Amino acid sequence: MKFSEQWLRQWVALEADTQELVHKITMAGLEVDDVDPVAGEFSGVVVGEIVACEQHPDADKLRVTRVSVGSEEFQVVCGAPNARVGIRVPFATVGAQLSLKEGPGNFKIKKAKLRGVESFGMLCAEEELGMAESSDGLMELPGDAVVGQDIREYLNLDDKIIDVDLTPNRGDCLSIAGLAREVSANFLADVSEIQVEPVAPALDDTFKVSVESKEGAPRFLTRVLKDVDVTKATPLWMVERLRRSGIRSIDPVVDVTAYVMLELGQPMHGYDLDTLNGSLIVRMAKAEEKLVLLDGQEVSMNAETLVIADEKHALGIAGVMGGEGSGVSQTTRNVLLEAAFFDPIVIAGKARSYGLHTDASHRFERGVDFQLQRKAIERATALILEICGGQPGPVSEVMSEEHLPALSTVTLRAEKVASLLGITIENDLIEALLTRLGLEMSATAEGEWTVSVPSWRFDISIEEDLIEELGRIYGYERLPETIPTALLKLKQVDEDKVKESDIRRVLVGRGYQEAVSFSFIDPKLHQLFDPRHEPVALANPIASDLSVMRTTLLPGLVKTVSYNLNRQQSRVRLFETGQTFVREGESLRQENQIAAVITGSRYPESWALKAEPVDFFDLKGDLEALLELGGAAGDFRFEKGSHDAMHPGQCAAIVRSEGIRDGKVMGHVGALHPNLAKELGLDGAVLMFEASLEAISQGHVTEFTPLSKFPEVRRDLALIVKQDVAADSLNQVIREEASELLKDVRIFDVYAGKGIEEGYKSLALGLTLQHASRTLKDEEVNQLIDSIVSRLESEFGASLRS
Amino acid sequence: MENLETLVSPIVTSALTEVESAANAADLDQVRVRFLGKKGELTQLLKGLGKLSPEERPKAGGFINEAKQQVQAALNVKREGLEKAALEARLASETIDVTLSGRSQDLGTVHPITRTMERITDYFGNIGFEVAQGPEIEDDYHNFEALNIPGHHPARAMHDTFYFNDASYEGNRVLRTHTSPVQVRVMEALSKAGEKPPIAIVCPGKVYRCDSDQTHSPMFHQVEGLYVAEKVSFADLKSVLSDFLRVFFERDDLQVRFRPSYFPFTEPSAEVDIEWGRNEDGSIKWLEVLGCGMVHPKVFEYSGIDTSKYTGFAFGLGVERFAMLRYGVNDLRQFFDNDLRFLSQFN
Repeated sequence: MKFSEQWLRQWVALEADTQELVHKITMAGLEVDDVDPVAGEFSGVVVGEIVACEQHPDADKLRVTRVSVGSEEFQVVCGAPNARVGIRVPFATVGAQLSLKEGPGNFKIKKAKLRGVESFGMLCAEEELGMAESSDGLMELPGDAVVGQDIREYLNLDDKIIDVDLTPNRGDCLSIAGLAREVSANFLADVSEIQVEPVAPALDDTFKVSVESKEGAPRFLTRVLKDVDVTKATPLWMVERLRRSGIRSIDPVVDVTAYVMLELGQPMHGYDLDTLNGSLIVRMAKAEEKLVLLDGQEVSMNAETLVIADEKHALGIAGVMGGEGSGVSQTTRNVLLEAAFFDPIVIAGKARSYGLHTDASHRFERGVDFQLQRKAIERATALILEICGGQPGPVSEVMSEEHLPALSTVTLRAEKVASLLGITIENDLIEALLTRLGLEMSATAEGEWTVSVPSWRFDISIEEDLIEELGRIYGYERLPETIPTALLKLKQVDEDKVKESDIRRVLVGRGYQEAVSFSFIDPKLHQLFDPRHEPVALANPIASDLSVMRTTLLPGLVKTVSYNLNRQQSRVRLFETGQTFVREGESLRQENQIAAVITGSRYPESWALKAEPVDFFDLKGDLEALLELGGAAGDFRFEKGSHDAMHPGQCAAIVRSEGIRDGKVMGHVGALHPNLAKELGLDGAVLMFEASLEAISQGHVTEFTPLSKFPEVRRDLALIVKQDVAADSLNQVIREEASELLKDVRIFDVYAGKGIEEGYKSLALGLTLQHASRTLKDEEVNQLIDSIVSRLESEFGASLRS
Repeated sequence: MENLETLVSPIVTSALTEVESAANAADLDQVRVRFLGKKGELTQLLKGLGKLSPEERPKAGGFINEAKQQVQAALNVKREGLEKAALEARLASETIDVTLSGRSQDLGTVHPITRTMERITDYFGNIGFEVAQGPEIEDDYHNFEALNIPGHHPARAMHDTFYFNDASYEGNRVLRTHTSPVQVRVMEALSKAGEKPPIAIVCPGKVYRCDSDQTHSPMFHQVEGLYVAEKVSFADLKSVLSDFLRVFFERDDLQVRFRPSYFPFTEPSAEVDIEWGRNEDGSIKWLEVLGCGMVHPKVFEYSGIDTSKYTGFAFGLGVERFAMLRYGVNDLRQFFDNDLRFLSQFN
């Protein structure tokens, strides 16, 4: 909320300067966003009256005027369309200092010649005084403006606009009266409230109101004002106060309702009484009932919307915005004023649901003092009569006591204050501070009170709320700091779980950069990578290419690869961890995954390393390193796999054969499918893997095997098998056959080509054998090798290479 | 005997000359064989001793052995000299340009957001806080209701929530707007298990708001903290968070201030500002870095924590802001572009 500092100071007399005021209220929880001067920094501008105005001899758009400042007259050339005899305007005399936001900045008014005619000064628009962003002519001052008076003085421009960013619980501070209350408590200064006297009715006229939704509008006040002259000008002081709160003057009735809202906090509405049909009805909207709002927008309402209607149609959305056609206009003579209390819960979210946010909805959603309506309608009546004249009817009130919020009391204990804030505040001070905020304290015992919550506070219902008030006004800065003490109790840490940070460090050690991408992706990209899963779609995405939740981390990573390739990077190694969102029937599986993508050369460019492109086994090696991290590499195996985004001949499924999700696929590793690569404009091999982070993190605690004292025996086998025989299946047989004698088996050469029949490959395997308790004999090793070879022959058609 | 002397002396002389002129270990070995080997000249002389009378033998033997030792000594000196020269030559030939770069993968980097989250969770880990995590697609109950933000609450408007209009799975789903639902889940689980506080957790993770411009990203990261025990007070909160900020920014003299604010799930609530530079007039420029407060009794009630016995504090902070301040990153969006030129700076 923006407000004039002067206005506030009229309510509370303060010695503190602006800076201190701003600091204090900020530290009381009313955060000040900005403090701005109400006008530009100018001097030498006075009230001038145009006493003569003639066409410039040589310029169509210029006028030559004579301007009086009382004691003297000056010739001034002016281009404003509204320059005419008799009006009073701000006049920058020769020597005046102006500062403009746009254009020349600071400049001094000098004697000048415009198209051959001398000009002594400048007539000003609001924009030139820094009082408006733009203006379309001279600023016209009231006819009683004192000619010759300094304009700063005349308009009270030595004032600041304070913009305070109020939290949603403090609807009570959305008025000068409310802010004054806060300031009073913070500075222990007294508030001088304006006295609102009831305006005696001059007429008996009332207008019938029926409130159908008593929950929505427990209190609804109206008043008829007749013979109101809305062509009268709103007084300048009011226009200025409105302007300093960011509200534009429209007509005196609208201005007064806005003014009372700013002053007291009660949003009001003025109807043109002669446009109303029959009576006012406060009811819920009919489904799809249409209404053209004041801003010209037509809305189709739902049945949860509270409306004010007459007997023919809806006139406005209660607590949000009035409708077109029933409000006060230039031709209005008779006015019906409305001041209501609408229930915050009924109003909440309504404005937003129609794409609106108004000063009224802002206040009603947060809660307007439910005892304020009468005071507000009296205050508005008095102001309207003062400006426009007219005869008031009596105030009519439709009220449902049972639907009004209850005035509550809350118990406060000094002991609880001390335990929650960590400091003991004297009982007298507790009383003094809270009383300033309008809370009535009655002591029930030593250090215990029953506190009555005032009707404007919707945010106080429990003891903690009162303690917050106390802490806030006492000053958080003055509250102590104490280091908490806790029991020194050790927490279990599972050694068999690999820490995510360790996984990251292994990949970082292998040259990977960690990426963090958006969890929502382009549905088209999703379709390319994971067509089998229907993604979860956002109802209100920020953009269509960020509209579905990722089911895999790969699309984001591959997109990041291409982003970087397009920025002159040729070698990319990225990984990411994060949640994926996979729909599984009625439920949703949210699982942490890890994925990596590499492309470009195997090593950084170097004098010492060959420039070779990466291939499948580079990435697989890095993945295997992760599996080894938890000591559970043996629980995983790679099988020929298939994945929609991967090359069918270069794709492996990662299967966990022991531990979590026994026998299930935990992920895939492979080359990006050439079609997909083409679609995404990627050249060269792109390798990627994605796996369940949980599966990778689950390791084993090491179980030590005693070292054997007996020698190891190494035997090498050169086997020829068909191309499609998976190497690991040979290893599998060897492991079974050799069982505990086998210490290690490695494939150290794979060859196909010259010397090997087409469709076959040669594999060289190195077996390391050892017995735990004795030296192996040659014969038994030979026997073992023979039985391995014969199993390989029978199961895979393998033959020994001669 | 004179005979022997005249016989030995030239042999020794010639042996010493040849030792001296040997150019390498092989030459030297030839010299050794020629004079001291089994069939060497001096060895042969020794073998000829048998022809002498028993009286003459010891003296003659001694004389020849002396000659052998003299040659052997020369050989040894020469061998050492040759070895040293050979080593020097080898070392010289093996000299490399040590300024060339090593052979390896370049080290990668952990993303600055992760790095920042790890630092934050480590600090709290040091005082006994455990890391807790939760789902990013949350239900309305955990994201709002249980945090004392009912459906009509104006605070919902501050949260620009992403919704799903898909009714095919249970619950009213939203993308969590903060990491606070994790504290609800942790407290719920504790109550369900029949266990009691203390609870000390930090919850790092992604959060989402339907807002995107220069200073807002639709996805960002928060770390939420929760401490529940008997007699926890606002003074404890102030102390822990002030400490944390000073430790995080590694500045003992960092000015920190607590300013009253409002969150539906804490009461009293505060925002915390840190000193970040000075204004022209020398006054402190304050920068808001986190929100916190004492856990609202309603939140405890929702999660089944006994409010008559326990109090607690909670806080939440935006990781991107901390990372930006710590590393001087000036554009929020760069965190999610994953440009290698950006990422590679964080090691």
